[in-house]
Amino acid sequence: MSITENTDVVVANETGAGPLFDAEEERYARAQKIEAVARWVVPMVVLSLTIWLWDRVVVWNEIPHYVLPGPGLVLSTLFEDRVTLFQSLLVTLQITFMALTVAILGGVGLAVLFTQSKFAEMSFSPFAVILQVTPIVSIAPLIFIYVESRLVGLLLCAWIVAFFPILANTTLGLKSADHNLRDLMNIYKATRWQRLRFLQLPSALPYFLGGLRIAGGLALIGAVVAEYVAGTGGIGSGLAFRILEAGYRLNIPRMFAALLLIALTGVVIFATTSLISHLALRKWHESAVKRE
Amino acid sequence: MTAHDRTIPSLGQRDPVLRIQEVDKTFNGGVVALRRLSLTVNQGDFISLLGPSGCGKSTALRLIAGLMRPTLGRILWEGGQGSDDLGVVFQEPTLMPWATVAQNVWLPFRLRGKSFNSVKDKIMEALALVGLEKFAGSYPRELSGGMKMRVSIARALVTNPRLILMDEPFAALDEITRQKLNDDLLSLKARTGATVIFVTHSVFESVFLSDRILVMAARPGRIIKEIQVDAPYPRGIEWRTSAEYARIARETSDTLHSTLEPGEAH
Ligand SMILES: Nc1ncnc2c1ncn2[C@@H]1O[C@H](COP(=O)(O)OP(=O)(O)OP(=O)(O)O)[C@@H](O)[C@H]1O
Ligand SMILES: [Mg+2]
Repeated sequence: MSITENTDVVVANETGAGPLFDAEEERYARAQKIEAVARWVVPMVVLSLTIWLWDRVVVWNEIPHYVLPGPGLVLSTLFEDRVTLFQSLLVTLQITFMALTVAILGGVGLAVLFTQSKFAEMSFSPFAVILQVTPIVSIAPLIFIYVESRLVGLLLCAWIVAFFPILANTTLGLKSADHNLRDLMNIYKATRWQRLRFLQLPSALPYFLGGLRIAGGLALIGAVVAEYVAGTGGIGSGLAFRILEAGYRLNIPRMFAALLLIALTGVVIFATTSLISHLALRKWHESAVKRE
Repeated sequence: MTAHDRTIPSLGQRDPVLRIQEVDKTFNGGVVALRRLSLTVNQGDFISLLGPSGCGKSTALRLIAGLMRPTLGRILWEGGQGSDDLGVVFQEPTLMPWATVAQNVWLPFRLRGKSFNSVKDKIMEALALVGLEKFAGSYPRELSGGMKMRVSIARALVTNPRLILMDEPFAALDEITRQKLNDDLLSLKARTGATVIFVTHSVFESVFLSDRILVMAARPGRIIKEIQVDAPYPRGIEWRTSAEYARIARETSDTLHSTLEPGEAH
């Protein structure tokens, strides 16, 4: 900072030991503080305004609740039907997480296999791509014909949707290890396993976590879509079935309540995977470290 | 060894570490990167490979490091090559960003299956040699470019290898940091007695550091002259400002320029 240009320089104290603040720095610090608060407050305010507007639109236009329920009615329905809805939520969550777990194991496992053996990659990657590009709604009916267990069928559908981003990202990550570090591994005569363990897997971690964030959401989508296709299921029905059922009965508030739960679940999954990603990378990866 | 061996027996008759005999390297596209490269590296040598871009300096290092095979000729390690024989410093620091400084230096041992605690003393000793013992727990991104390079040097030194290869290690650094690291490298060498092959673009760096300068020419890559630098180590500011230094720098520079545009430079 140039003293000659800044006339409003505040000199801290006579000894010169204190920090030297000038007006610009102070303004900057204030802006930072405001931004930190706004990051939370602004979305909250906008969201509240939207809900309030929704409520007003329903009241002002006297829209019947079987067309569009107000937010209050949705919440009270959520509370009244809590036992059914939360049981269904648990089922959906269970399928989502099981599918995601299998997607992680399968995606990472296949990715490792692909980088270890060109032959495996040549043999299996076409299948991975075909599975990925074929819309799940068009495969799901077949799956439910061939697979006896409803749970396994649902799992399979959710898995098909979720595993590709993990496979694709992890494969890319395993291959993008620094070439000088790869040379170093050669010079020190590292074994295949050591190369994987000490170089390729850590290099792939940020890519894998990026894939995980996508896959988490997709597993939920897969679980919901599969249940739509599976249709009526009796015991152990998830949220998608509740929506279908409520639709047949023109119970629109309950539809909204179930929808709200699904949306919340998606948000929580995204927030959790983002947090995991941040915690795993905050020490070293550019995406997670804070710069002064 | 052979008629083409250019090694002039140096004072004190050091033991050979490595013999490069009549090595040719031709790449698939037909590019002749090296032709008839012969060189005997002796224990304690500080050899600079100096030459214009594309003359095959990095190729020579990669051949010595065993990262590729010569098209013709042989590279022989005296008494065979052991697993701890090489240390390498690249132009970039080449550190693992997810590992701390100490863990990075641990890598060569780790690949030998040694636990961190069993070699902790050696790691800290290597870090002390490059003046970074206080940063053992830091991550590479918290260090400056020069400090990262020091970590890379510590990693190359930690196994006490018979030969250290350095490929333009300081090229990306500013002049002040570079001179400091040159000084440090020499005091390191004095303390460890390491044998070094050092690739550089800089005439002054090569004259300051090495006792043998191999000037190379391009197309095809070959050694055209070996210049001996007999000034004793340790070398410091006196050496950098001496008349002998200026004379050798002049000689080296002239040799180097005579390679650039054959027929035009004279
Ligand atoms: N993998 C490769 N395939 C084909 N040609 C190569 C390969 N590596 C190097 N070359 C060629 O070999 C020649 C020598 O390359 P090298 O990298 O050894 O030069 P260098 O002296 O290290 O140059 P610089 O000072 O710019 O690093 C160049 O002409 C280059 O194009
Ligand atoms: Mg090079």
